[in-house]
Amino acid sequence: MLPFILKRLGLAILVALTVSFISFSLLFLSGDPAAALAGETASGEDIEAVRVLYGFDRPMLVQYSEWLMRAVRGDFGESYYFKLPVASLIAERLSVTMILGACGISFALLTAVPLGVVAAIRPNSIVDRFALFLSVAGQAMPSFWFGLILIVVFGIKLGWLPPSGASSWRHFIMPTVVLGYYAMPAIMRLTRAGMLEVLNSDYIRTARAKGAGEGRVLFKHALRNAIIPVVSLAAVQMGFMLGGSIVVESVFALHGAGYLAWESIARNDLPTVQALILIFSMFYIVFTFLADVLNAWLDPRMRSS
Amino acid sequence: MSKDMTKPLLSVRGLTLDIPLARGTLHAVRGIDFDLYRGETLCIVGESGSGKSLTSLAVMGLLDKNIQRRAERMDFDGTELTRASNRQMRALRGDRIAMIFQEPMTSLNPAYTIGDQLIEALRLHRSVSRDTARARAVELLEKVGISAAASRLGQYPHQLSGGLRQRVVIAMALMCEPELIIADEPTTALDVTIQAQILRLLVDLTKEMDVAMILITHDLGVVARVADKVGVMYAGELVETGPAAEVFGKPMHPYTRGLLRCIPQPGMTERGGELGTIPGIVPSLIGAVQGCAFRTRCPHATEACGGEIPVRGEQSHRFLCVYADGARSVEGEPA
Repeated sequence: MLPFILKRLGLAILVALTVSFISFSLLFLSGDPAAALAGETASGEDIEAVRVLYGFDRPMLVQYSEWLMRAVRGDFGESYYFKLPVASLIAERLSVTMILGACGISFALLTAVPLGVVAAIRPNSIVDRFALFLSVAGQAMPSFWFGLILIVVFGIKLGWLPPSGASSWRHFIMPTVVLGYYAMPAIMRLTRAGMLEVLNSDYIRTARAKGAGEGRVLFKHALRNAIIPVVSLAAVQMGFMLGGSIVVESVFALHGAGYLAWESIARNDLPTVQALILIFSMFYIVFTFLADVLNAWLDPRMRSS
Repeated sequence: MSKDMTKPLLSVRGLTLDIPLARGTLHAVRGIDFDLYRGETLCIVGESGSGKSLTSLAVMGLLDKNIQRRAERMDFDGTELTRASNRQMRALRGDRIAMIFQEPMTSLNPAYTIGDQLIEALRLHRSVSRDTARARAVELLEKVGISAAASRLGQYPHQLSGGLRQRVVIAMALMCEPELIIADEPTTALDVTIQAQILRLLVDLTKEMDVAMILITHDLGVVARVADKVGVMYAGELVETGPAAEVFGKPMHPYTRGLLRCIPQPGMTERGGELGTIPGIVPSLIGAVQGCAFRTRCPHATEACGGEIPVRGEQSHRFLCVYADGARSVEGEPA
């Protein structure tokens, strides 16, 4: 198990370095940063002055290593727009996004996995049909529209939940449902398909032949094997929720990191965009790594390969 | 637990299995009877699709939900299996009736060590400590010929070869000292060299531990070596049952004789001569099935074969045929 973890960790670090280089290069890919900073009316001399001031005149690799060293220590420079340290700007927003992401994926897993299991035990039953309906509806319905419907019904008509903001746990209920419902269909269908396949396998028949009860057969013998692909999918979904919950954050006016990214792109605030891309990518890398470790624990065949 | 040796351990009468399909009902098993006494080995032979595996799953109560099981009697040592509750069946399975499946590569759970799976087999039925169960697992792994048994407990199925896995499966079946083992083609998926070893092991262990066995196979060579009793299955019927020596020495049903001609026999088959084949294919069992199912392939079929087929022979060696002698005289076989 340990060699496997070290191998995966090494791989994750390599990917992280590559991603960091790409996100650093964005600065140069999007045109001359000095010219952009100096503004439209700046003269050639002004631009050169800005170039020297920000160090853009030095070799790119030198700038990259400096930027990386600072980034590792949590220093992402100063936001062009807010004139504040990017790190503190993001830290403030990230907590909202992380709470939302954690709630979203938990909601998705807690509804999708049980529903998928029940649907697989009784294929074509009413529960299965209901689960299918839910997943089709979830896949077909845009998040912003579902969010608005919830706001109209529960926020305004019934007045049960606050329609926007992030000041209490009640503010997170509707965003969690919307974000979780986005991830739920894929997880549900993967769980159902996995369980259906595993329940028809020989080792399940062996477990029954040993005299194991249905609960034991389902949860000890079947689910552990069926859940393996679900873990990988959930890791990707989790990464997506942390980085890409822009729509949900906008609809519910939750000013999280996704919303900040969107704003910063619009404002050409490159240090902030760079830092956010780096952080979002790190989330993906960390979750993928954790999913690999979890899968290796679940499936011994993965450890030896 | 009564150990009455005069009564069969397992007595099956009129076992019928129907599978409803879109095109009609498939009569997969049609009224079979057999008795199995303690310590006996019954071999059920027949072609693929003749209903052998379904019969074994029917005894275990592990049939798919869509298969309809009916029987006049399925008595296991006083328990009527057709009326047993799920709980009763679960208590029997793995404890008093164990099963060994065909595919060792897939019949062990890939996510658990073989130790976990062996220990589970015992602890599902006996309230013993993990250590006791572990000791029993090591003992049985040694019995099935696995070296360094204690260190194997921590291994996963994918780390073992097919032959080793089947040894583990056999050990698992023996964990609770069952009275009956149903082995469904336990060696079919293995290399030919391993097949003989595993079969010998299984037979030796069942004899040593006085376990009755239903061995399902399509390999007549295997049957000749290990069977006390033979049941020849064709298209869902046991067309001939009897003590192995009698069935092999004096096969009554034309199908049994056809099967025996398909295998070379030492001293009987001429070198360079042709082995027998049975022409034709197994008939469809969908919809109403009447008369002898073998009549479409039988060289001696007459009008009468489409009607009611009488049960012939004495109590221990019986066969289904319109000919009183199973057409032996027609074929010029000694009566």
